[in-house]
Amino acid sequence: MNSRRFGFIAIIIIVLFSVVVSIGKVKQPPLLIVTSMLATTIAVATPLTLGALSGVFSERAGVVNIGIEGMMLTSAFFGWLGAIYMYHVFGFNNGISIVLGLIFAIITGGLMALLHAVLSITFKVDQIIGGTVINILAIGLTGFLNRQLFFGKNSFFGGSVPSSPGVLPTLHIPITEIFAPICSSEACLQGINAINRVFDQKPVAISAILLVFISHYILFNTRWGLRTRAVGEHPKAADTVGINVIKMRYANVIIGGMFAGLAGAYFTIESVPSFEPLLTNGRGFISLAAMIFGNWTPIGAWAAALVFGASQAMLINMQIFRDVIPPQWAFLQESYIVGLTPYILTMFILTGIIGKTTPPAADGVPYEK
Amino acid sequence: MPSEKQSNSRVNQILRSALDASLIPFLAIVTAVVLGGIIILSVGGNPLLAYSGMLEGSLGSKKALSETAVWASPYIFAGLAVALAFKGGLFNIGAEGQLAVGAVFSALIGYALPGWLGFEIPAFIHVTLAILIGMITGGIWAGIVGALKAYTGGHEVINTIMMNYIALNTTSFLLNGVMKDHSPTNASARTPLIAEGARLPVMFEGLRIHWGFVLALLVAFLIWWILNKTTLGFEIRTVGLNPDAAKYAGINVKRTIIITMMLSGMLAGLAGAIEVTGLNYRHELGFSIGYGYDAIAIALLGKSHPLGIVLASLLFAIMRNGATRMQFLTQLPVDLISMLQALILLFVAADAIVRYIYRIKAKGERVVLTRGWGG
Repeated sequence: MNSRRFGFIAIIIIVLFSVVVSIGKVKQPPLLIVTSMLATTIAVATPLTLGALSGVFSERAGVVNIGIEGMMLTSAFFGWLGAIYMYHVFGFNNGISIVLGLIFAIITGGLMALLHAVLSITFKVDQIIGGTVINILAIGLTGFLNRQLFFGKNSFFGGSVPSSPGVLPTLHIPITEIFAPICSSEACLQGINAINRVFDQKPVAISAILLVFISHYILFNTRWGLRTRAVGEHPKAADTVGINVIKMRYANVIIGGMFAGLAGAYFTIESVPSFEPLLTNGRGFISLAAMIFGNWTPIGAWAAALVFGASQAMLINMQIFRDVIPPQWAFLQESYIVGLTPYILTMFILTGIIGKTTPPAADGVPYEK
Repeated sequence: MPSEKQSNSRVNQILRSALDASLIPFLAIVTAVVLGGIIILSVGGNPLLAYSGMLEGSLGSKKALSETAVWASPYIFAGLAVALAFKGGLFNIGAEGQLAVGAVFSALIGYALPGWLGFEIPAFIHVTLAILIGMITGGIWAGIVGALKAYTGGHEVINTIMMNYIALNTTSFLLNGVMKDHSPTNASARTPLIAEGARLPVMFEGLRIHWGFVLALLVAFLIWWILNKTTLGFEIRTVGLNPDAAKYAGINVKRTIIITMMLSGMLAGLAGAIEVTGLNYRHELGFSIGYGYDAIAIALLGKSHPLGIVLASLLFAIMRNGATRMQFLTQLPVDLISMLQALILLFVAADAIVRYIYRIKAKGERVVLTRGWGG
């Protein structure tokens, strides 16, 4: 990630925010709009960030992973299903059921990734086709089980979807409590409150941000990271110095899958406690674009994910300010048109106009001894 | 005499290679069906009843056969679309979007053109125009991705998926807005009915099978001919096998990539156009969900060979069409079919697994698609 690309990201985010502020300022004070939009941006960027990290680990080790979408979808389903079973069938209380659901989601992601690893590393299936298999399998599996378990013959729940134990709570990070005493003016206090509003997020969103920096540290400052990158750049050389290429690739693909699992948990355990077929809606693919734009680095990928988050936050805010959109901006009322932004951005980014990206040299190439 | 012997051995050779080529897909289907049976058992269903119900519902009567052909027609076009791209070394996941765009514009020509011109268009010309426009717009939709790939290296896998979402959003916008059927009884996002003259005639009175099925078979043959008997086909295949070699041989690789993508999109657009002109007589939001992925499975199952694709399309049509009867007999959800198709795809794509299970040695070359992200 060079500064030019970070600059581009900053400009896009500023433009998106300015549009919303200039329209919404008749209804709400600008500071409130900006903070609430920042909070939304961070929240909706969560699955994209985690998806991109999933891709970074897998591809840094040399395995192309376009199955992130399917991994997210399956994890979202099994996390939600696990929480419901723990709650209704095993009689755990809400909190424990939700946490167990979260763990189920992460394990599901890991298992789907294991399948991808078996296909692409052991059986040397074309990795793009392997990923597509994961995506199609995810749609079939979740669609079938969703119908069968709740509405099928002999269904335990007798033809209706039971209430879910709920979602993860918002965590309050005590920024105000810590810094308020050193504030002397009203403006300062307001500012701190505003900052606090941005960072009062739910656990998966917060852990996504932490994981960005942890991943960066692991990839670039530890022996594990060095070995991962070696395996993805030049597996033969890595092999000759005694690194187990197959094992490293398996491990990193599965770690990546667990990130995708956490992203899946965002949808059904953190955001909305329900599941519908195809709910990931392309987020896995947008993650890949974020990963590419971030040049296969965790921090870069996060920055790119925030751009997509901002464009989604703009869409959400346009609905809030629907009634005050001036007539010459009427097209902003059309959610179908505003909703195009992330997709067009993705295609634009992939053209490489904002600088070429370099994938790991052995990305997508099965290792043959 | 020797010439007869030679031709005999040639027939033998063709038969043997056809047998070889169909062995893995056949075993993949068998494995998936067995695994599907185990899944049915595990949820308390009866696999034999389910499968026989599926066959009965899709092949058991004249009407069932006609419906199977109706299902198969768009599958053949969409499967050919993906397969043609495969031959050119491109992975078109965007058949879904191209199909939707083709369907929307085909419907537009179907219901609005007489009004714009102010006179009735002769039936034959009108339906031809509707189909052609659907084909061309599908081609343009995919051509954009081809051009991005050729000139900027933007990867077609992500771009076709993005174009799917763009197509979905745009068609939602159009079908809820300017193109919405404004008849008082309508609440759903759909176009008005297309004019009588823009409809493909049915083949037999009382059945829904229409000439689009025959058109699909003809186009399958045409694609085989283009790929194997023309310079363009040779160029497409060469670029697909080795773009560097193609460049040294003097083939304009960029142009070929764009043409391949456009042809692929035209086929997908045709799938949408014949659904509109032959079956639904309008475009309705959401009818095309899932065609894109089915088309990939069909192309892989058919080994990207037009004849294979026709057979794979028929198989998928049998499954889809028989699903309702299966559900009626066993109370298993229709979604079981998606599961079964995913398993078939898994075993076809990962032929190494099938070879491993049945102890078959690999021979011949493998299709290589992954060329990194840079293009």
